[in-house]
Amino acid sequence: MTDQRPYDEDPTGTFFNRVQTYEAGVFPNTETYHFPKSCLHCEDPPCVPVCPTGASYKRVDNGVVLVDYDKCIGCKYCSWACPYGAREIDEKSRVMKKCTLCVDRITDTSLPESERKPACVLACPTSARLFGDIHDPNSNVSVAIREEGGYPLQPEWGTKPANHYLPRRKTRIQIHEDELVRADNPLKKEELPSLPDGGETLDDVAW
Amino acid sequence: MHPAFSVIFLTTLLGAGQGLFLALYTGQLYALANLLPDQSNDFYIMGSFLSMVLLIAGLIASVFHLGRPERAWRAATQWRTSWLSREVVVLPVAMALTFVYGLFHYLGWTQALFTISDTLPVDATLVTGALGTLASFLLFLCTAMIYASLRFIKAWHTPLTVANFLFLGMASGFMLAAALSAYMGTNLVAFYGTWAVVATTLGAISRGSSLYRNSKFRCKVDMQSAIGVHHSQLHQKAQGFMGGSFNTREFFHGKSDGFLLMVRYIFLLMVFVLPVLLILFAYLSESVRLPIAAFAIQYIGLVLERYYFFTEAKHPQNLYYQSMA
Ligand code: SF4
Ligand code: SF4
Repeated sequence: MTDQRPYDEDPTGTFFNRVQTYEAGVFPNTETYHFPKSCLHCEDPPCVPVCPTGASYKRVDNGVVLVDYDKCIGCKYCSWACPYGAREIDEKSRVMKKCTLCVDRITDTSLPESERKPACVLACPTSARLFGDIHDPNSNVSVAIREEGGYPLQPEWGTKPANHYLPRRKTRIQIHEDELVRADNPLKKEELPSLPDGGETLDDVAW
Repeated sequence: MHPAFSVIFLTTLLGAGQGLFLALYTGQLYALANLLPDQSNDFYIMGSFLSMVLLIAGLIASVFHLGRPERAWRAATQWRTSWLSREVVVLPVAMALTFVYGLFHYLGWTQALFTISDTLPVDATLVTGALGTLASFLLFLCTAMIYASLRFIKAWHTPLTVANFLFLGMASGFMLAAALSAYMGTNLVAFYGTWAVVATTLGAISRGSSLYRNSKFRCKVDMQSAIGVHHSQLHQKAQGFMGGSFNTREFFHGKSDGFLLMVRYIFLLMVFVLPVLLILFAYLSESVRLPIAAFAIQYIGLVLERYYFFTEAKHPQNLYYQSMA
């Protein structure tokens, strides 16, 4: 990853994971969505077959989609073929770059098992990112996708992205009106006129 | 998409070069069938030479598109899956056949090698010409399929793209053949002019259809599907960087609708209307300059047409950059 003019006017560069922000709704009923955007390591990646040099490939063992920087001629054709805009040309090394899923980390057997994860997953302070094998139905990610409603982006194209997104989780409790007023309370406490200050309450009596 | 001049010149120069080769061979076939008088070898030699020059110029233009042209040979390896790779394979074949075709004419190898059914004398140029014709058609197919095969870019994903590249390339090639015969003083101006008008008309039909088609459809994905939040009021607040990025440079043309409309009218005029009129006048006045002007004007028109072709394409990734879209 290289940058150009990082501290000057019109800074630019290559990056693997851009975090965008969206807002749904109209003020005051709005919700903010932070949306990390990287290569989704599609199961049927349209970017791979179009590459004329074979520089873009999908690893057979773990399905990670990669670019071989020594073969790439920088023709940009693969970036046209990716509907997610996940690929960026590196203006300095003049080859195509994109998220590698930290393939060097996740396949490094000298690291302890718990650290064989992409750097973004390890770094996320709120553990918002999960990493695992979506082909294993019992992996943490498969369970999360299945049970928490994980969804792929732009599913219409049939690219079958391996990366899924989880919907926002909200804590909601269902409270019905009759639960608030204790409709089944035979003494109907809420309906009594309030007692004068210092007077005994029904609760005091009960104690 | 951002129109890259390297690709615009690559496709238009190759189209004219291939079209010219097809024109030469069509002329030779007509002469063989005695529908046209035999031409001197000079015409074929000049024609093949010009066709070679155009193909080489196209190749040079393509180099400017690559980040690492020194590795370009690798691009021939994935012909099984990639139309771009197929183009890289077919282009040198077409160039070699064009060269050999011109060389055989230069060497005067036009004596019949054998005769089919006592009527069709087959010489070396006829065989290489047939192969070259095949290669030219294949090259048109490959070049067009590079765009037509991208199923996410709806404006390109249609057989009309192939028809456009083929007919427009042939139109400009036959136009050039008419210009060349006018320049060399051969009597083929009317013949090539007629074919050029036919190809231009076919191109007008296919390009017109694709313009109409592209003005009608809507993209099948929307912002909701792109980020997976199905809320009818969705606004982008930040795009993940402050300056520009490859995503904002490569996929947006940044031109106003008015400008593009103007480009469209100009290219429609310069590709389809003016050259046909000029050829018509050239036929009536037997002018030498008019066919040359017809080719030149149509070529400039085709450059604009290709420019417009890129700006027509809306990439789905643009959904993630609402402030630009
Ligand atoms: S997200 Fe884009 S670059 Fe990544 S695998 Fe899918 S198509 Fe290819
Ligand atoms: S830019 Fe590189 S990886 Fe992409 S298609 Fe061209 S050669 Fe392949």
